[in-house]
Amino acid sequence: MTAVKNLRAAAEPPPGEASDVQAAVRGVTRVYPAAAGRPPLHALGPLDLDLRRGEFFSVVGPSGCGKSTLLDLIAGLAPASEGEVSFEGRPVGREVPEGVGVVFQEDASFPWLTVRDNVAFGLRRSGLPKAEVAERVDHAVGFMGLAAFAEAYPAQLSGGMRQRVCIARTLVTRPRLLLLDEPFGALDQQTRLLMGDELLRLWRETGATVMLITHALDEAAMLSDRVGVMSRRPGRFIEILETGWARERDSRVVSDERFGRITARLWSLLREESLASIEAGRSK
Amino acid sequence: MSRVGLIRLAVVVAFVALLELATRAGWISSYSLIPPSQMAVAAVQILLAGRMLDDILLTLQNVAAAFVLAVVVGFFGGVLLHQAPRLRRAVDPLLASYYAVPVFIFYPLMIVIFGLNAWPLIIIGFLFAVAAMVVNTLDGFDRIPRVFFKVARVQRLSWTAEVFQVTLPAAAPYLFNGAKLCVAYAFIGVIAGEFILAGAGMGYEIAFAYNNFDNRTMYGLMLLLLVFVTTVNMSLYAWEQRLQRRRGGR
Repeated sequence: MTAVKNLRAAAEPPPGEASDVQAAVRGVTRVYPAAAGRPPLHALGPLDLDLRRGEFFSVVGPSGCGKSTLLDLIAGLAPASEGEVSFEGRPVGREVPEGVGVVFQEDASFPWLTVRDNVAFGLRRSGLPKAEVAERVDHAVGFMGLAAFAEAYPAQLSGGMRQRVCIARTLVTRPRLLLLDEPFGALDQQTRLLMGDELLRLWRETGATVMLITHALDEAAMLSDRVGVMSRRPGRFIEILETGWARERDSRVVSDERFGRITARLWSLLREESLASIEAGRSK
Repeated sequence: MSRVGLIRLAVVVAFVALLELATRAGWISSYSLIPPSQMAVAAVQILLAGRMLDDILLTLQNVAAAFVLAVVVGFFGGVLLHQAPRLRRAVDPLLASYYAVPVFIFYPLMIVIFGLNAWPLIIIGFLFAVAAMVVNTLDGFDRIPRVFFKVARVQRLSWTAEVFQVTLPAAAPYLFNGAKLCVAYAFIGVIAGEFILAGAGMGYEIAFAYNNFDNRTMYGLMLLLLVFVTTVNMSLYAWEQRLQRRRGGR
């Protein structure tokens, strides 16, 4: 149980923060200004979204609809052109708020550091005593199944293991909101299913709110409490689907008949949008 | 030693043995080339007698000064160009054609500017080496994955922390390669400068021995120079290989 306590401490709301909404997006748009002879690009919105504390929320949508842009806005990695983003009631500016962790699609493990040092990197500026840093790092490394590779360099690991290093590096900071930008996009289907199981375990044990950006409908249907379906660019939510899964679940839900219905519904919503998106790309 | 290392050593030993045989058997005139064993004896005698110690030290000092100057100026020049894309676009063609310019032609100008001392040669060595450092610095910074900077922002690193904990380690292989090239170019620039233009240094002594048909001194000095350069480069190469193995070529 120490392990669970170790991770859960992060997910507790800060004192005086009792709202059910962890992060809120209100009337947000993102327009990229004109550059190099190209007109301004309206990438996203206007859209609204409430991320409920402790939920697993996935975002699906056609390529280029602004999924990753939405994640960047919530993380404070990019500014909104209009509207407001808040995290635990405080507006998100141009800095990543404390309590937010992000895992990217690209391999972001540092090749010059061992697995242990990569994970410890997340705590370099924490000011925590060395003993606590070591304890948290050992725990996160073990939790992600990397204990046997703690002294290995990323180049000695598979793609899936490197992505686990990145997740562990985020975990040690005990994020209350975990933003995942297609973290399994480069992995094969079997590894993705297994990583999905690990992600569900992590979500349950940390109690963190998770927002996952994915292009895989089955991944979204399997992992999520709710799935936000976005339109083609400029992306807006056309429907937010409740999956109704129990909190205790794993990749075996794919054999549940409800899984098929959810996936079919997602596809029926997305098919027209995806076709229109492709058509728009052809006509340029 | 690895199999590849053994093959490499065998090739060198075979080549030296062939030269020894060719010179001893008279296939190559001793006026042109002395046996490698005699070169080694001459090199040891030069070192033990200490008669050219000042020249050797002068050359090594000049090379070291040219190297340090090239690495520091090249690195910060690369950083400046990386931060100023317009300036970079303007300078890029000049960098691409840099090695087409015979920098030795500037030696008289260097004497006018710096006087008759070591600086003109150091500057020649520096000019020879600096572009390699600039290009490698630019290359290193260009190739840092953008996601590393996003990670730095997510970790809320300060500007200095980002530079020292992310940017420089990520660019290190290219910076290292730039420094390695600077060693080679600094040696070439300084020795060639001494050979043609100076009144002291190893390059000058080699040229002096050549003009006086003093083959033993000339080949002894050449061997010493070869040992210096090879030792420095092999050490850097071994260090680089160790770093690359960790990174798995990423």
